[in-house]
Amino acid sequence: MHDGHRSASSMRTRVEGDGPGRVRSMPRVPGARLRSLEAIGSRFCRYRRVACIKLSIVPFEQKVGCYIVFATVALQIFLIAILAGLLGSILGLGGGIIITPVLTLLFGLDIQYAIGASIVAVIATSSGGAIAYIKDGITNTRIGMFLEIGTTLGAITGAYLSGIIDPKYLYIIFGLVLLYSVAMMLRKSRAELPQGVKNHPLAEKLSLNGEYYDKVLGRQVAYNVDGVYPGLGMMYVAGALSGLLGIGSGSFKVMAMDLFMKLPLKVSSATSNFMIGVTGAASAGVYFLRGDIDPKIAAPVALGVLFGATIGARVMQRLKSRTIRLIFIPVLAIVSIEMIVKGVGL
Amino acid sequence: MGKGNIEEVETVVSTSLRIGVLLAAAVMLIGLFLFLSTGESGYVDDVYPTNLLLILQDAVALKPYAVMLVGLLILILTPVFRVGISIILFLKEKDYLYARITAVVFTILIVSFLLGKVE
Repeated sequence: MHDGHRSASSMRTRVEGDGPGRVRSMPRVPGARLRSLEAIGSRFCRYRRVACIKLSIVPFEQKVGCYIVFATVALQIFLIAILAGLLGSILGLGGGIIITPVLTLLFGLDIQYAIGASIVAVIATSSGGAIAYIKDGITNTRIGMFLEIGTTLGAITGAYLSGIIDPKYLYIIFGLVLLYSVAMMLRKSRAELPQGVKNHPLAEKLSLNGEYYDKVLGRQVAYNVDGVYPGLGMMYVAGALSGLLGIGSGSFKVMAMDLFMKLPLKVSSATSNFMIGVTGAASAGVYFLRGDIDPKIAAPVALGVLFGATIGARVMQRLKSRTIRLIFIPVLAIVSIEMIVKGVGL
Repeated sequence: MGKGNIEEVETVVSTSLRIGVLLAAAVMLIGLFLFLSTGESGYVDDVYPTNLLLILQDAVALKPYAVMLVGLLILILTPVFRVGISIILFLKEKDYLYARITAVVFTILIVSFLLGKVE
């Protein structure tokens, strides 16, 4: 193998004990080829065996089949990514919170590549959503830029820890992180906006307070900012989790801004959305150069998420925060339990 | 403090994000189209380059995987570029406190990329 190249297939061989040998043993008889394609179709979810097939070594007829299958798989990934971008941008979470579980559980992709793709999804969610959120004044860019000090430092820490920790534990940690987000969301108060918040002295110095126009309430909402230090500390943790698991850990960011800094939920969400791109970029560099970002998976993911996030940033402003939480809690709960089961069962 | 001028910064930041996103999406689409239409990734054995220079060279040669990787790279660099441009914008607005804050973030980002390369 060439230096500076990364063979995805050889990685799989090592991890799964199922790789090149398996691909080559595909039947060469024309009739059998059809049957094997049917088998491929029925086992669509075994993504690595179908779309990640070594394209250049299989016979031409088989190749044609593989492309059709790959195109369909790419389309599926694209559509799921739209959903991920939509929900991610609405909640201020990285689209990765959906992408990683979907790629691993549904498409059977190795966690390494799923994390690589979801890091890309996080950045796409952020950049795609932020265009509208900033333009509409929902994002508090000062808070975002200040807190990015914590998230970027954390992201570097996390990306290095991920090389040391077993994927099995990543599943379990990821599952627990999601379950924690569920608990946090359930615990949220029912008030639409925070009341009686005093400006923290540091918030005063950094002029973090602001206002935004709420399309549901139909008025300007002015707000103060509390708990700057605990907020910054949580951002470090959030950044480390992002580097570790390939998620923007936006849930931690939203939670920290909501519980400690006492910002309105929409501002927390949009500002988290703004920040996760930078957190993601800090770890994405490491993942990219390490070869964990597989273009044939990451590109459809990125395109879908960008599309979804652009729409999501418009939809969110017309939703009540309570409504958003109601939609998302069950989704998160199911995914988190699935991940934990997968991690324990490995 | 230049509190009133944050809108100026935000407009440019929003625009730069839009440019980055559209460019990344366009390049990725071209790469994906090349991959699906030719059926060749441009490499044998489903390998793809991770060396930046190699990626750029191969992208110029229109190897589908390399083109997609360039698009992904543009996407990844968009937030970094956004932070970089913010430093300049805050300096222009004479908001030195935030110019310093964004400069620190920018430095950490660059360090993270360099660390990734060393590994």
